[in-house]
Amino acid sequence: MLEFSAKNMSHRELNFALRQLVLSGEREIRVCGVCGHRYLGTGLPGPASITVEGVPGEDLGAFLDGCLIRVLGNAQNFVGNTMNSGQLIVHGNAGDIVGYGMRGGSLWILGNVGYRAGIHMKASHSQTPVLIVGGRSEDFLGEYMAGGVIVVLGIGCEGSTRPVGNWVGAGMHGGTIYVRGNVPGHRVGKGAKLAPCQEEDLTQLEVLLAPYCREFGLNLAALLGDPFVKLVPASPRPYGRLYVSSVGEC
Amino acid sequence: MESRQYYVPSGCATGGILHEAGEPISGCEIAALMGAMHERSNGLGGGFAGYGIYPEMADCYALHVMYDREDKRRAVEELLSGSTFLVRSERIPTRSTAGVVPGPDVWRYFVQVPPRNLESLTEEDYVVRLVMRINLELPGAWVISSGRNLGVFKGVGYPEDIANYYRLDEYKGYMWIGHGRFPTNTVAWWGGAHPFSLLEWSVVHNGEISSYGINRRYVEMFGYRCTLRTDTEVLVYLIDLLRRRHGLPWTALWAILAPPFWEQIERMRDQHKRAAYTALRQVYGSAMVNGPFSIIIAHSRGMIGLTDRVKLRPLVAARAGALFVLASEESAVSAVLRSPEAIWAPRAGFPAEGVLQRSEAVAG
Amino acid sequence: MRNYLLPEFRIIIGPECVRCLRCVRECSFGAMEVAEGIPKPRNQRCVACRRCAVFCPTGAISIRPLEVAYRTNSHWSERARQDILRQAQTGGVLLCGAGNDLDYPCIFDRLLLDASQVTSPSIDPLREPMELVTYLGRKPVNVTLETRSDGSFRLTSQLPPQLKLEVPIIFGAMSLGAVNLNVHRSLARAARELGTLWNCGEGGLHRELYQFGPCTIVQVASGRFGVHQQYLDIAAAIEIKMGQGAKPGIGGHLPAEKVTPEIAATRLIPVGSDALSPAPHHDIYSIEDLATLVSALKEATHHTKPVGVKIAAVHHIAAIASGAVRAGADFLTIDGFRGGTGAAPKAVRNHVGIPLELALAAVDDRLREEGIRGEVTLIASGGIRHSADALKAIALGADAVAIGSAALIALGCTLCQACHTGRCAWGITTQDPELAQRQDVEEGAARLVNLVRAWSTEIKEMLGALGINAIESIRGNRERLRAIELGEETTSILGVKVAGKE
Repeated sequence: MLEFSAKNMSHRELNFALRQLVLSGEREIRVCGVCGHRYLGTGLPGPASITVEGVPGEDLGAFLDGCLIRVLGNAQNFVGNTMNSGQLIVHGNAGDIVGYGMRGGSLWILGNVGYRAGIHMKASHSQTPVLIVGGRSEDFLGEYMAGGVIVVLGIGCEGSTRPVGNWVGAGMHGGTIYVRGNVPGHRVGKGAKLAPCQEEDLTQLEVLLAPYCREFGLNLAALLGDPFVKLVPASPRPYGRLYVSSVGEC
Repeated sequence: MESRQYYVPSGCATGGILHEAGEPISGCEIAALMGAMHERSNGLGGGFAGYGIYPEMADCYALHVMYDREDKRRAVEELLSGSTFLVRSERIPTRSTAGVVPGPDVWRYFVQVPPRNLESLTEEDYVVRLVMRINLELPGAWVISSGRNLGVFKGVGYPEDIANYYRLDEYKGYMWIGHGRFPTNTVAWWGGAHPFSLLEWSVVHNGEISSYGINRRYVEMFGYRCTLRTDTEVLVYLIDLLRRRHGLPWTALWAILAPPFWEQIERMRDQHKRAAYTALRQVYGSAMVNGPFSIIIAHSRGMIGLTDRVKLRPLVAARAGALFVLASEESAVSAVLRSPEAIWAPRAGFPAEGVLQRSEAVAG
Repeated sequence: MRNYLLPEFRIIIGPECVRCLRCVRECSFGAMEVAEGIPKPRNQRCVACRRCAVFCPTGAISIRPLEVAYRTNSHWSERARQDILRQAQTGGVLLCGAGNDLDYPCIFDRLLLDASQVTSPSIDPLREPMELVTYLGRKPVNVTLETRSDGSFRLTSQLPPQLKLEVPIIFGAMSLGAVNLNVHRSLARAARELGTLWNCGEGGLHRELYQFGPCTIVQVASGRFGVHQQYLDIAAAIEIKMGQGAKPGIGGHLPAEKVTPEIAATRLIPVGSDALSPAPHHDIYSIEDLATLVSALKEATHHTKPVGVKIAAVHHIAAIASGAVRAGADFLTIDGFRGGTGAAPKAVRNHVGIPLELALAAVDDRLREEGIRGEVTLIASGGIRHSADALKAIALGADAVAIGSAALIALGCTLCQACHTGRCAWGITTQDPELAQRQDVEEGAARLVNLVRAWSTEIKEMLGALGINAIESIRGNRERLRAIELGEETTSILGVKVAGKE
């Protein structure tokens, strides 16, 4: 394990240093003194495991491809932007637009996420992206979702009305969102629908949550013992009748 | 009218720090907070508002005036001598700073309003008219702040450089807000930097006001004139109109500036609440601020952070003891708070508020 | 007297004709006759309404302008010469239906909307909330609230009556007489389904449609047809008709032939008598008199519903509008010179009035200068052709638009301008029961609903592009419009910058 401080480094210097270390064979790195450094881990050749102390800046792990980044605190906006593979772990809250256009890998947040988490998430070929949120999410979770899995555990919102915000799954046309707790009908966005969890859903949840719970020291059995609801696309083509050709036969 | 011709959308970094017990905070603090978000600005605008910085002149309106032209200074001073009791006037001290090309001459005037001049106006209305008159009729002179015991310092440059230029390290106040600008299609000019301020209200803003055209025409119905070529200006006039002249509570302002959606209003269980929110949207539709924004509003008794109703711009709030901080990014908070007890992202359309507990020597 | 007029159109029946004679049955103008089992065109009667061609099962019919050359003369158009002949032969005032069809510049077509790029995000109108709800009614300048210590508040002032429109599009006034009951039935049903309003026009409201009162604006015009307490009671709002864009300053005249028992019963006049709607209300010779009628109507309905005024776009409309608002009008309908009519003298229809866009901008400006814009709902009408016209009108300052011609086109109207003949082949502007039954009420309602829904979605798309998610943020937001090829003074009246200017 190699450790260094990012204090007084610009984000370009920090990322340059990380890249050099990984290229020289370093596999485990710990960076302290991170404060607002953007694009942390972006363009980093994997595999490597980076531990971050402090608050990383916008676009943490953007385009991430194969590395593991573990943040020992909160993260800001655009975490895991368009990530392709690898693992992003945040031991705290994350801001808005987590996992935008994510198409592979896993993104684990212990705490809450802001607005528009997991939007445009899509499965591609053999890849299935997974976003797990321990706390709650704000509005527009999983908007335009086209594939992959989002799990919101709602820890700390037990018995309350909102593990998720409004317009969940608006425009969803693929993938699955699992929510522990209750999602009232008015929070479901156009394009998504609520469905009960079946046996195979619980099996999948167990597979996804087991390593997550190990990472954060959570009680898997207790979580799985609670009811989950599922959101799925209402139709793969929600806008089939919206448009009409302005030429040719009507 | 030149001011009708164009306006400039703004992007950017916002920040604010308030000591809720009213203890003085050095201008260095806000400079550090803004400096920590350097990457959010592009050097085309930075500025600050300090509250409680002129305690010895707290009974005077402090007019900060920028001059593009020397002859306009004479015109303004003549106007002020004629229409106010001019207690003190001085050039605001600056120091030469790398990264800041010295801009317009900036002066401050401490004035009182002679009661006999008021006729049927309130003192505040009188000052507002005076500010509008200078900004409209004497182009080349711009009143950039006009409240008591507060002042705005702004210009073209990175915020931390602007702070140095205006020697903010020499000021202390119980509250500061700051701004670093990233305008896209700009005439980078000093008057267009944030904050925008009128009487006790100051606003810094990250975003663009898509509804600007109607917001401006709405406030114009009430005598305000937008002259500073940045959309944010209109926010200050909206606040002055709604809060001071219409006497609405802050809670109603949120319901006007970033109202709940109709579907949310319809779901309100309390019929009185539903009726009130419906009426506010019906009556104040032209005051709704549409488009992406996060703003910090400073007023004499505190500071409020607010984002648009679908949360298209970032804002975090933090608290450590009596210190309340707002910033565009969480990482910046650590520049001024060592171990915050709480850090949170205010929900869309819901304010994060810091309130001054002490009542003496407030700005206003 | 000898006839020097040539037909305007030539009907050509192609070899695909299977002699089913459908065209003969469909043509209500007698332009298709039968000769030896074959349809035979009578060109001089054709109004180019397309009915025969649309319903021809084999697509055998085409209709062309009659190709007989007139020597080209850019001043003496063919039409001008034909009109003179028509008048020389008859001594009559030229009457026509629909709206002004001359080639005046269209301002809407010289205004372009803005869109967001980068500096502010556009908004996804399909997935994210996009609000079109508009309230019709007078708004006070401010509200008063009682605030509690926790910041919650209650209203302590009461707002004047407000009508909720789910979309900023209503159906404009078209009287029973100008159109038939089936058209009214479709309009009423569509308005109810859409959560908007329709306007029964000045010919009263058929009793059968009283059930649609909550979505009906009833009109009070000079003839006071069908106006009585119950008519006022069941309405959602009342509109005093002072003018009409197609014929400003001109009244109407429903000839006795069109006064069927049904219409007589609704208008409360004898069967077979002419129904005269002169331009002046003889109790309104001044703005004070208008105020009196507004107050009388409010009093009659216990101040429970908005009372509005419809005025035609004329030169001094700003002053008129200001007066009307001060007279108590809760909403104002401004009807531009492209507005339609069931019958109007052609000279008036084509040469009187001003464009809606300029009238609207002038009114909105004037009301703002006087600080009373909030006190009235502005409805723009007169030639709104599509969702973009509607949105441009709103950006210029309207709260909502009213559509008449567009609604009729949705029902099949082809703007053949023969409304005044009462022979409408599409069953819209005719009282002939056989023709009127061509309008299927349910299908008509569905067409209207489809049209308004499609426009609403398009408006949402455009708002999304503007980065705006509530209609009130574009209302009067002229910053988001730009002009091309409009003169300096025109753009200044419109309060719109020239395209290319920031």
